[in-house]
Amino acid sequence: MLQLALTVLIYLIMVIPVGIYLYHIAAGKHTFADPVFDRADRVIYRVSGIRLQKGMNWKTYALALLGTNAVMILMGYIVLRIQSVGLFNPNGVGAMEESLSFNTIISFMTNTNLQHYSGESGLSYLSQMLVIIFMMFVSAASGYAACIAFIRGLAGRTKDNVGNFFADLVRIITRMLLPFSVIGGLLLVWQGVPSNFSGNVVIDTIEGTKQVIAMGPVAPLEIIKHLGTNGGGFIGANSSTPIENPTVLTNLIELYSMMLLPGACVITFGKMVRDRRREQEKSSAALTDGEKRIPNSLTARLFGREGRTVFAAMGILFVIGLSVCFWAESQGNPALAEAGLSQSMGSMEGKEVRFGIAQSAMFTITTTSFTTGTVNNMHDTLTPLGGMVPMLHMMLNVVFGGKGVGLMNMIMYAILAVFICGLMIGRTPEYLGKKIEGREMKLTALCIIIHPLLILTFSALAVGTLAGREGISNPGFHGLSQVLYEYASSAANNGSGFEGLADNTVFWNITTGLAMFFGRYLSIVIQLAIAGSLMKKKFVNDSVGALHTDTASFPLILVVVVYIFAALTFFPVLALGPIAEHLTLWM
Amino acid sequence: MKEHTKNLLHNIRQAVTVSLVLMLVCGFLFPALLNGLSALLFPHQAAGSLIEADGRPVAAEHVGQEFIQDYYLWSRPSAYHYNVYTENGDGTRNYQDGTKFPGIGSGSNNYAPSNPALTERVEADLADFLEKNPAVKREDIPTDLLTASGSGLDPHISPESAQIQVPRIAEASGLGEEQIREIIRNNTEGKLLGIFGEETVNVVKVNIEIGIAMGLIDA
Repeated sequence: MLQLALTVLIYLIMVIPVGIYLYHIAAGKHTFADPVFDRADRVIYRVSGIRLQKGMNWKTYALALLGTNAVMILMGYIVLRIQSVGLFNPNGVGAMEESLSFNTIISFMTNTNLQHYSGESGLSYLSQMLVIIFMMFVSAASGYAACIAFIRGLAGRTKDNVGNFFADLVRIITRMLLPFSVIGGLLLVWQGVPSNFSGNVVIDTIEGTKQVIAMGPVAPLEIIKHLGTNGGGFIGANSSTPIENPTVLTNLIELYSMMLLPGACVITFGKMVRDRRREQEKSSAALTDGEKRIPNSLTARLFGREGRTVFAAMGILFVIGLSVCFWAESQGNPALAEAGLSQSMGSMEGKEVRFGIAQSAMFTITTTSFTTGTVNNMHDTLTPLGGMVPMLHMMLNVVFGGKGVGLMNMIMYAILAVFICGLMIGRTPEYLGKKIEGREMKLTALCIIIHPLLILTFSALAVGTLAGREGISNPGFHGLSQVLYEYASSAANNGSGFEGLADNTVFWNITTGLAMFFGRYLSIVIQLAIAGSLMKKKFVNDSVGALHTDTASFPLILVVVVYIFAALTFFPVLALGPIAEHLTLWM
Repeated sequence: MKEHTKNLLHNIRQAVTVSLVLMLVCGFLFPALLNGLSALLFPHQAAGSLIEADGRPVAAEHVGQEFIQDYYLWSRPSAYHYNVYTENGDGTRNYQDGTKFPGIGSGSNNYAPSNPALTERVEADLADFLEKNPAVKREDIPTDLLTASGSGLDPHISPESAQIQVPRIAEASGLGEEQIREIIRNNTEGKLLGIFGEETVNVVKVNIEIGIAMGLIDA
C-alpha cells in the first residue's frame, strides 16, 4: 500500500511543472528552451511551407487534422506492405497481409495500438521505425493538438480562431515529445533496454540448448510508446517482457511517461481558462472598483480553479479503480488455492515477479485510465474483478485519458452534469461562463452515446456470429469479457487486450479497425464542434442563479454522474461477464 | 471561391510535406540518434546486456531461460519455454519437452482464472515438483514458482521459491547447501529504495555461478 501511495504522490509532484511547461507551449508563451526550438521549428515550417500566422476555425482545423492523418495512413500502409525489402530487415520479416495491415495502420494512427501481430516476428525494423515510431509521435501530437484547440475554444478569447493545426502538430513534437523521448530513452537504455540495429541473437546456453533473444531499436519505440500514450509494444508481450521493461525503475519511468502529459493537459486547461477570467476581471474591475477579490488557494493557483475540479474528479475515479484492482488481485485465485497452490502472494499468473501485485495493479489501472494500452502483466489472466476495473475505465474513457482525449470527454460529462443539476435545482445551465443550450446538449449527448454504441453493438455482432465466436479462447463467462474488452479497448483507443483472443482474422481485423476509426475521429470532430459553438456565444454575467463548477462539491457530482451513466449503460453486460465469473469462482 | 480552392490546395500540400518531414524526423532521425547515443554511453546495455561465460555469450542478463537439470535453479513455467530450444541434426527445432519450436515469441497462454486448463496445468506441475523435491511440503511452494509470467521470459523468481529448491540442487550438484544459499544471496536484489517492486532472484545468474562452482563451465 505504501508503495502505491508514494507512486501516486510522486506523480502529483511531477505533473505540475510539466503542466506549466505544456501550458506555455499551448498558449504560445516564452519557455527557457525557445532559442533552440524556435530554430528547429523554423526549418520544419519552411520546408513544409507552413504559414504560422494563419489561424483556423474549428472546421478547417478538423479538416486539416483528418487530411493529414489520411496522408499518414496511406504512407504507413505502403511501408507495411513492402516491409520485406532488404532495408533494416536483419530478421528477414515478410510483407504484412492486407486486412492485418489495414487494422495495424488504423490502430496506430488513431493512437490505439491494438496489435493483432507480434512485433518480434511480424515487423521489420524499417516498419518499426517508419510506421510504428513515426505514428506514435504524430498520432499523439494530433490528439494533443485537437485538445489544445478545444481548450482554446472553451477559453474563448476569439470568436473563431482555434489556432493553426500544422504549427501545433510540429510544436508538440519538437518541444514536448522529442526532447522528453531522448532523455527518457537514454534512461531506459541505461537500465538495460536494448537499442541497436542488429538482428535477433542466438546463443548457446549452459545447458547445451539454444536460445533466441530479441534485439533492435527497442528503447526509441519504448519511450514514445508511453510518452504518447500509444501502448503498442516492440515485442508481442509488450512491457511485461524484461526486454522492454527490465527493472522496477524502467517500470516507473514508463508509468510516469504515460501519466505526465494527460495530467498536464488538465493543468493547461485550468490555466488557460483562468487567463481568460483574469482578462475579463481586469476589464470589469474598472467598472466595479473597490470590490475585494477572494485570494486563490494553492491548488487553485497550481491547477486553475476549473482545472482543479476536473483533475479532482479524475483523481477520485482513478484511486477508487486502483484500490479495487489491487484488492482483487491480492485475494489470489480460489481455483488454484483449491488445487493446492498457496495464494499468499496474490494472483501471480500472468504477472512478473519483479513487479508483484502492487506495481502490476498500478500499471494496469494507469494504462487503461490514460488510454495507453501498454501492459506489464497479462490482463486476460487478471482476476474477474481485477480485470473488470480496467475494462470499466476504458468504457468510461474519462479518467485522465490519453493525449488530451480524456479531458475532452470529461468536459462532455461536465456539461452533462451542469445540465442535469440545472434541471434538478432550477438553475440556468452554464459552463465556463457560457450558456449551455440545445445545440451543445445534442452534440454532447451524441458524443457520449457513440462510445457505448460502438462497444455494445460490435460485441453483440461478435457473439452473434460464428466468425466472432471463433476468436474466444477462454470458456464460460470469461469469453464474453474477452470480446467486451477488445471492443472497449478499440473504441477508447486504448489498445491493450485480453490477449488470449485469437484476433488476427478478417472479422476481428475489420470490426476493431472500424471501432477504432469511429471512436477516434467522430469524437474529435464533435468535440471541436462543441468548442466552436461555445466560442461564438457571449459570456454571461456571473449571476446568483448559476451553478458554480469550481467548488469542492462539483467534482463529486461529476464522479457520480460518470458512474451513474456507466451503470445505466454497461452494468447489464458487466454482470454477464466479469461479475458472473467472479461469483462462479468465489461462491 | 477561387481563394477557397487555393487555400484547400495549400492545405493538402502542407499535409503531404509535413507528413514526409515528420516521418523522416520521428521515424528515422530519432531512433538513429538514440541508437547512436546509446552505443556511445551504454554500449553493454544497448547491445542487449549479454553475459559471457566459457568465452561466449550464454545468456542475456534480463531474459530468463528454461532449466531442466536438477542441479540448476528452475524458472517459472512459460508457454514459450523462454525461446529455449534444441536443434536436431536434420535442422528441426523443438522445445525441450519435444513440441515444435515455432520461432521467437513471447507472452503466456492467457488462461482466465476460471479456465480449467489453468488448474490442470498447475496440478500437473505441482505433482511433478513434489516428486522431484521430496523435502518440500505442498503448502510451502510459493505462488510465483508454478504460475506463468506475463512475458514468458521472466528472469526472476522470489527468494522463497529459490530457497525451497536448495536441498534438491545440493543433492544433485554435490555442492554444500550453504554454498548454494550464498550464490542465491549474491544474486538477490532488494526493492528499489526499499519500497518499490519486489525482492527478486535472477535465475540465470545463479545457475551460471552454480555451473562454475561445479566446474561445468569456465568463468
